[in-house]
Amino acid sequence: MALLEIRGLRKTFRTLRALDGVDIDVRAGTFHGLIGPNGSGKSTLLKAIAGDHFADEGTIVFDGGDITRATPYERARAGLSLKFQITAVLPELSVYDNVLLARQSGDSLAKLLMSSSRRRLDGEIGALLERFRLIDRADDLAGELSHGQQQWLEIAMALALGPKLLLLDEPTGGMSPEERRATGRLLEPIKAHCTLIIVEHDLHFIRDICDHLTVLDQGKVLDQGDVETIQRSPKVQQVFTTRV
Amino acid sequence: MLSEAGSGAGVTAGGAGRSGADGPRQAERKRAFRRVLPFVEGATLLLALAAPVVLGEQTNLITLLTNVLILSLLAISFDLCWGLSGIMSFGQALFFGVAGYAIALVGRDLGFSELWGTLPLAMLVGFVLAGLFAAFLLLGRKPPTSIFVALGTLTGSYAAERLVSGWQYVGAGNGLSAVKLLKIGDYEFVEGTAFYSLALGILLLVYAGARFLKQSQLGLVLAGMRQNEERLAFLGYRVQLFKALVFSLAGMVAGLGGALYSYHQGFIGPGNMGPGLSTAAVIYCLFGGSGTLIGPILGTAVVEILTYVLADQAAIKAIWPVILGLVLLVVVMFQPKGILGLFLSDRERIGSYGRRRRDG
Repeated sequence: MALLEIRGLRKTFRTLRALDGVDIDVRAGTFHGLIGPNGSGKSTLLKAIAGDHFADEGTIVFDGGDITRATPYERARAGLSLKFQITAVLPELSVYDNVLLARQSGDSLAKLLMSSSRRRLDGEIGALLERFRLIDRADDLAGELSHGQQQWLEIAMALALGPKLLLLDEPTGGMSPEERRATGRLLEPIKAHCTLIIVEHDLHFIRDICDHLTVLDQGKVLDQGDVETIQRSPKVQQVFTTRV
Repeated sequence: MLSEAGSGAGVTAGGAGRSGADGPRQAERKRAFRRVLPFVEGATLLLALAAPVVLGEQTNLITLLTNVLILSLLAISFDLCWGLSGIMSFGQALFFGVAGYAIALVGRDLGFSELWGTLPLAMLVGFVLAGLFAAFLLLGRKPPTSIFVALGTLTGSYAAERLVSGWQYVGAGNGLSAVKLLKIGDYEFVEGTAFYSLALGILLLVYAGARFLKQSQLGLVLAGMRQNEERLAFLGYRVQLFKALVFSLAGMVAGLGGALYSYHQGFIGPGNMGPGLSTAAVIYCLFGGSGTLIGPILGTAVVEILTYVLADQAAIKAIWPVILGLVLLVVVMFQPKGILGLFLSDRERIGSYGRRRRDG
């Protein structure tokens, strides 16, 4: 059974049909890329999955439960984690505190009040920061990080939630080519315990990291399949050569 | 919080090796920002302890300072809302006043004014009333805007003042006077050093509680909420529930203050729950430095003592509210972090929570 099943999703903004009957299955343990020209509905779809807005029609089933109308809080608790397109780290808190905040979001109120439980998390958070090359900046304010580092911090925060499904909206936006390659390497080990949906403009990055692609165009699924199939798909080639 | 010498366990191993020669040392330097708040807190406590000794028999001054301590509870109550949780409440006096009325009525109609019963009652009244407001204003399906919350609380405060002004049972416009004295057994708290000590003791307890809250991980959640509420929801926090909880706790603190006020003055009136006093709470807090907890207390002291001193000068008396208003405008426009903000780094004001601890 698929981890995420989307059926007949529609979303209209006034007169614009952002999503027009989208069906997608995402299997557990895969890296699933969403591509398509600007305005094809990628971000709208991702936001509908994350709960930033509700779809007008259709259903989203995640891990066996219907989350079509669940609040962001409920989705997060179910194991869904989102990295925002525009980095939204908390700039006035330290890098460490940002991850700490993400890591303990499942804790009860009583646990939150007992500050001693912080120390218990030290090792775990340290390991995450280590992995995303932020360990030396743990005590700096998140707002002082470079753009690329903020993106990594975002990913670290999203992962600190221990999600089953991680949604990445343009994880390499604003990064240098070197940072992009590094991001790809940083994401690789996640596959063991977490499924990924990535929206990305950089087709090279997507090709390198994803197993499965869904191509959206004008709010519809144009084609889906593994990376090879999509690359050879005449429909996709046509759209990308004429409009991108 | 002051001690750097926590457990060295955990993260120490990995980072140091990779980070070039300067990395850790630089981080160390940056981290060693100076802490100011503990000194301010200590100095304030010393002053508060010394005051009755120094002032001795000058009862009117002791009464003034007792009043400052009591109003500080109201200021802290507002700081819990605004400074810690970003809830703009323009009706904090509502909880203060209603609790004040409640204990005055219990004294009048039931003849009961024992400390162990009435103060918890006042706290309960404040907590429940604030909880009801929170349920209405904060717990909707969609997160409310701060304007909505500000207007909602302001309206509540105003409506309550009007209601009480016309209600004969609670003394209408005259309020309730000759409030029964607060007592423990046979001992009655009259104005003066005893009441001062009681108010100081209670303020200390409340302050310690609020400080604990701010520095706990719940405080971290609140700090995150102030910066980006939506982000916190996506991390899986029930943001509105946290706000409602802190708002109710703030109501509890205000209620406690209201009861003490009522006992201390021997009087409680409609004005003690209206927008006037609610705004005063905002002023105390913003003037002193919101989010610092000690700032609102200093703000209360400065504003109240100045008011007391200047109210004696006939020339200034009439225009004092105008001066106060102007000073406030200046503070809000040019020094929104309050007087304490002049000495405090943002880092300390906001607080830092889980910190990496290195050995050596």
